[in-house]
Amino acid sequence: MIPLGTSQLIDFAYIVAIALFILALKWLSSPATARRGVLSGEIGVGLAIVTTFFNPGLVQYKWIILALAIGAAVGIPLGLVHMTAVPQRTALSHSCGALSAALIGIAEYYMSLPRVSRFEMTEIALEVIIGSLTFTGSLIAAGKLQEILPQRPITYRGQNFVSLSVLGAAVVIGVSLVLNPNNTHLFPAMVIVALIFGVLLVTPIGGADMPTVISLLNSYAGFSAALLGFVLNLKVLVVAGALDGSSGFILSVIMCKAMNRSFTNVLFGAFGAVQVSKAKGEEERTVRTASPEEAAAILGAANTVLIVPGYGMAVAQAQHKVRELYDALTRRGVDVKFAIHPVAGRMPGHMNVLLAEADIPYDKLLEMESANSELPQTDVALIIGANDVTNPAARDEQGSPIYGMPIIEVDKARTVMVIKRSMSPGFAGIDNNLYYLDKTFMLFGDAKSFVNDILRELSGGSSA
Amino acid sequence: MPHDFVTNLYVFVLAGFVGFEVIRRVSPLLHTPLMSLTNALDAIVVVAAIVIAGRHETKLAVILGAVAVAASFSNVVGGFLITDRMLRMFKLSRSRKQ
Repeated sequence: MIPLGTSQLIDFAYIVAIALFILALKWLSSPATARRGVLSGEIGVGLAIVTTFFNPGLVQYKWIILALAIGAAVGIPLGLVHMTAVPQRTALSHSCGALSAALIGIAEYYMSLPRVSRFEMTEIALEVIIGSLTFTGSLIAAGKLQEILPQRPITYRGQNFVSLSVLGAAVVIGVSLVLNPNNTHLFPAMVIVALIFGVLLVTPIGGADMPTVISLLNSYAGFSAALLGFVLNLKVLVVAGALDGSSGFILSVIMCKAMNRSFTNVLFGAFGAVQVSKAKGEEERTVRTASPEEAAAILGAANTVLIVPGYGMAVAQAQHKVRELYDALTRRGVDVKFAIHPVAGRMPGHMNVLLAEADIPYDKLLEMESANSELPQTDVALIIGANDVTNPAARDEQGSPIYGMPIIEVDKARTVMVIKRSMSPGFAGIDNNLYYLDKTFMLFGDAKSFVNDILRELSGGSSA
Repeated sequence: MPHDFVTNLYVFVLAGFVGFEVIRRVSPLLHTPLMSLTNALDAIVVVAAIVIAGRHETKLAVILGAVAVAASFSNVVGGFLITDRMLRMFKLSRSRKQ
């Protein structure tokens, strides 16, 4: 075991850091105190880093300083990305965190040779396997979110068998290392197999499942850091890892519930695969459409409007136009609110950030439950870029693939308007009965320009 | 079973429960900042990386440690920066300039 933190002073600073971390998360409970939480976290990490420099074991500083400079040079641009790119940035940071934990575990193994006990070997093997698979898995997730890699799930016959065999191989190598920790040639093999498993784990998962996958990778990254804390006997890592791990775990559970799916189903189900469920008795159903002029008239005459935004709104870069619509209607005395489904966007809470960026006040953003209790009293529900999360089939049709998924019950509003490019189905590949209701108007067009047209009508149909 | 392991397990279980109770109370409104903040806190791994790189025991340890320092410190800097940028955007209707 390395004599990390032998001096009590360093230990004491780490304890203060841990307390500040917990306060940081506590203050994040409300937007009013949240920024104080960030400050608290910054002081905690800063304090821990500065005191570590006084570790008596340190003899060489130049590489540390250089690495810190490189880290800052990479971190600053990653902290300044556009809000739509936050999910891929987050995935990338999971992979950096996991990489760092895995590399330290690897270094620790080679430095402790040839006196690695079986117990230490178990900890190191677990830590390095989880860290490595999270590193590559998160890179793949980031690639998919950045659309460098195809969003669609990539599947082939016998895929789960192959993936599980690779995981099995990593475990077998890990066990043989535990039985004989000095079998050094097996160690790189274990790392490589774990890296491959990370790729295989995330490649088959589709874009719609990214909120769950990101949360799951978040908890893996946390647990690998906690395990590293066990390996190095460093409690500050155990605590930070446990906090990060439980946070990721809670978010994964919330995301799974919001899609009515289990972890195994997300990881091995390849949801959103090309499900050709079309063309069975495709009777010509008719939809009602409305022009921007008609839509403006309906919105202007309403008392209450609930806007349901989906990721399509962000793709169309329409959030700022939607804010203008919010302002225009509010000025006319219309009560406008937003209903946010937990999986709207590409990661937990993403839609809230996008709307906050467009300067829409957060007290107008309703969670799904409160939105559903307001919908029966709502005059107009306006859906922009959302689809499956509004599909009544999830509530009514037992045979539907999305049956049981909690939805925003827009069909309970008096009038429903849907801005959509075409009648094409959403991620789940299923038709939305909402569009054929008598109370529904389809507003066909690009979200941004359609909202703009509505705005022009509202302001008197004159100038652009 | 080593003594350290048992102590660490105590710490892990307790921290897990504290984390669960505190994070459960975070508003879904702030789940994205939550993830970027916990990410930045998790990057405290950088202290272990600093020690590994700084003790200068083997060339391999210095290289792996230095890469780990860079990777985790990028999370410290980037994580806090983006979390604060996001939180600055959340405003109440009455505090909006208009």
